[in-house]
Amino acid sequence: MKRLLALLLLALPASAQDRRSGFEDMARETQAMQRDDMQNPGMLWVAEGEDRFNRDCTACHSEASMRGVAARYPAWDEATGAPIDLAGRISACVERHQRVAPPARESQPLLALTAYVAHQSRGLPISRPSDPRLAPALEQGRALYGERRGQLDLSCVQCHDDNAGRRLAGSTIPQAHPTGYPLYRLEWQGVGSLQRRLRGCMTGVRSEPFAYGAAEYVALELFLNDRAAGMLLETPAVRP
Amino acid sequence: MGDIARAVPRRVALALALLLATPARADEAPLTDVPGDAARGRAIVADRTRGLCLLCHAGPIPEERFQGNLAPPLDGAGLRWSAAELRLRLVDGKRLNPDSIMPSYYRVEGLHRVSPAQRGRTILAAQEIEDVVAYLLTLREEPPR
Ligand code: HEC
Ligand code: HEC
Ligand code: HEC
Repeated sequence: MKRLLALLLLALPASAQDRRSGFEDMARETQAMQRDDMQNPGMLWVAEGEDRFNRDCTACHSEASMRGVAARYPAWDEATGAPIDLAGRISACVERHQRVAPPARESQPLLALTAYVAHQSRGLPISRPSDPRLAPALEQGRALYGERRGQLDLSCVQCHDDNAGRRLAGSTIPQAHPTGYPLYRLEWQGVGSLQRRLRGCMTGVRSEPFAYGAAEYVALELFLNDRAAGMLLETPAVRP
Repeated sequence: MGDIARAVPRRVALALALLLATPARADEAPLTDVPGDAARGRAIVADRTRGLCLLCHAGPIPEERFQGNLAPPLDGAGLRWSAAELRLRLVDGKRLNPDSIMPSYYRVEGLHRVSPAQRGRTILAAQEIEDVVAYLLTLREEPPR
């Protein structure tokens, strides 16, 4: 049995063994905060999302039908013929099916609904984007990830691949796996989306971030999910 | 491409290659007429929003906690390098190492998607570069082990 396990481990690509969630780079107290639902502030957003879901969405969806959805987003949106992320998908439902104005990106109602839906996939592995129509966006995401930008002229690769685990001033540079979003960030004193995190990294190198909802973020998210495929979702995670 | 290579005599090709690969100038002349001020330079290096140096480097600035470790310590920089060499590394170290993560502090061309507030502006001003060089020259002790 042990030998079989060892063989299996050897068969895994090196990257699958070395990958670590940002969770592992955190201080023990922050880890404890994420682990304990009673302490995890992100659970307040999940609870609010649950109320909204039960009020606005159960005419068409059940809680059980939301299990696993977040693990396979961004996905292809037939209506617009473009990739769409989970928050975009939820907004589209509000607009198309409830026929009311969609909630703004990064608004409390949308973060709460997205946190609730993503929470239904907690513990499930991120799946590799497989729809062939996503391929061009995935490649765009890969290119954006490798591109130097801003006055400081740095790419995501240079920090998150070449220098992950080292310290940028007081912060340990994580490997940038999008396992926990939307998540509660101590620095934000609130829950935010992956797009908010990416904007932070972009403005950090003094580059012009893309607007919320831009196709570039969906492309980056597709690439990050491809890179993190098989890692387990943690929503709502906590980060420093 | 192959045809051109064959058409050009070997020796000419060699000379051309040498010319194209201009070695980085090691003698970067002072950017201003006013000599740098080491005390002002220290303040710039210590300031995370101006010099940004301590995001990546550690240095003998004990009051600043949380120094980075993406780059060699600044301690001893004044033993290892001359003023001209330090200036070159600050102005545009990518002339020495194109893959370096160290930002070019006095260059505006060749950058991508710079935020509007910083577009067309160098990270440090000419006199600030001189001040930082003057400070680095005072660092004549190797890092503590
Ligand atoms: C100069 C270094 C640097 C660059 C360049 C950079 N990041 Fe980051 N990134 C960080 C640091 C440091 C953190 C962690 C911040 C913290 O914990 O406070 C982080 C966090 C992240 C996270 C969150 C991981 C988690 O566990 O939740 C993601 C995702 C991410 N970055 C993606 C990117 C992408 C995509 C790019 C390029 C568009 C990029 N970063 C560019 C330094 C950088
Ligand atoms: C009137 C019906 C209706 C309502 C109300 C509705 N949806 Fe939907 N939803 C759909 C349909 C139909 C789809 C399939 C895709 C499409 O046609 O838009 C869908 C797809 C989705 C998906 C993607 C599922 C997948 O497997 O990819 C999510 C997530 C979702 N809805 C969330 C919500 C949330 C959250 C709300 C409430 C804010 C909501 N929906 C309200 C009809 C509805
Ligand atoms: C984003 C990271 C980063 C920042 C910010 C940064 N550096 Fe560097 N620096 C490096 C790296 C990495 C090296 C190693 C050589 C290389 O890669 O070019 C280096 C090399 C140096 C060297 C030569 C090191 C030696 O003694 O061999 C000096 C001197 C230096 N930096 C000074 C500074 C000063 C002063 C500042 C701020 C004004 C600064 N650096 C900001 C990353 C950085």
